[in-house]
Amino acid sequence: MSMKASTRQVDGVTIVDLSGRITLGEGSVVLRDTIKDLLGKGAKHILLNLGDVSYIDSSGIGELVSAFTSVQRQGGELKLLHLTKKVHDLLQITKLYTVFDVQEEEASAIQAFKK
Amino acid sequence: MTAQAKVSYRLESTLESVNKAEEMAGKLALQAGFDEDVRDGIAMAVREAMINAVLHGNAYDPGKRVNLSLEQNGRELIITVGDEGKGLEPEEVPDPLAPENLMKQSGRGIFLIRAFMDEVRFRKLEPGTEITLIKRIPGPELDRQEAST
Repeated sequence: MSMKASTRQVDGVTIVDLSGRITLGEGSVVLRDTIKDLLGKGAKHILLNLGDVSYIDSSGIGELVSAFTSVQRQGGELKLLHLTKKVHDLLQITKLYTVFDVQEEEASAIQAFKK
Repeated sequence: MTAQAKVSYRLESTLESVNKAEEMAGKLALQAGFDEDVRDGIAMAVREAMINAVLHGNAYDPGKRVNLSLEQNGRELIITVGDEGKGLEPEEVPDPLAPENLMKQSGRGIFLIRAFMDEVRFRKLEPGTEITLIKRIPGPELDRQEAST
């Protein structure tokens, strides 16, 4: 199953709804290109909705890290929303869970950008 | 695959081979009776070993192959992945959990393999590297053996 990314704007926050697998190859490229495109358009507040992401491999983890640091370098902020158990566990064992700002609800995640 | 069996493949250095190996490992783990979480971990470990072989070992070279074997002997799953690349020194791979490496984009593959498998061995080939992944199958037979030792 390939990965899809669609973006929408809510209260100044760009929400990226991802679905499928973020893995070496197409999935990682889709995420990388999406973030690059958003940064090019000046997006500063990016919320990655991973609720429909069924699987992430080490390449996908690397792409999330890269997205996080790229957005930070541009003076922006990236948060994660709706982690599945698999993705949650993976971020825990790689010690990245506390690095990312992980949100459980979309409305509160949007508010969190304003703090 | 029957209760005790071994299958071997000689695969091209492509992403399709990575996906195929991951799928076969998942099926083997299902047949061995592992629960979903463990099956996913085994499949991911095999995926990461295949990525190392295809991407870092053989560097997608169409002239180089990846040798994959999957074995189930009733007590454990044994999966080997061998590449024909320049070789890997596992002890030289930086710890991805170290603070200075935490935000690096790559370098988590071997860590994840070790996290999900019971035993991981590396062997130098001429040329290349072979990695062996072992997952013990919980069951009455194994429990009895462990109790007697």
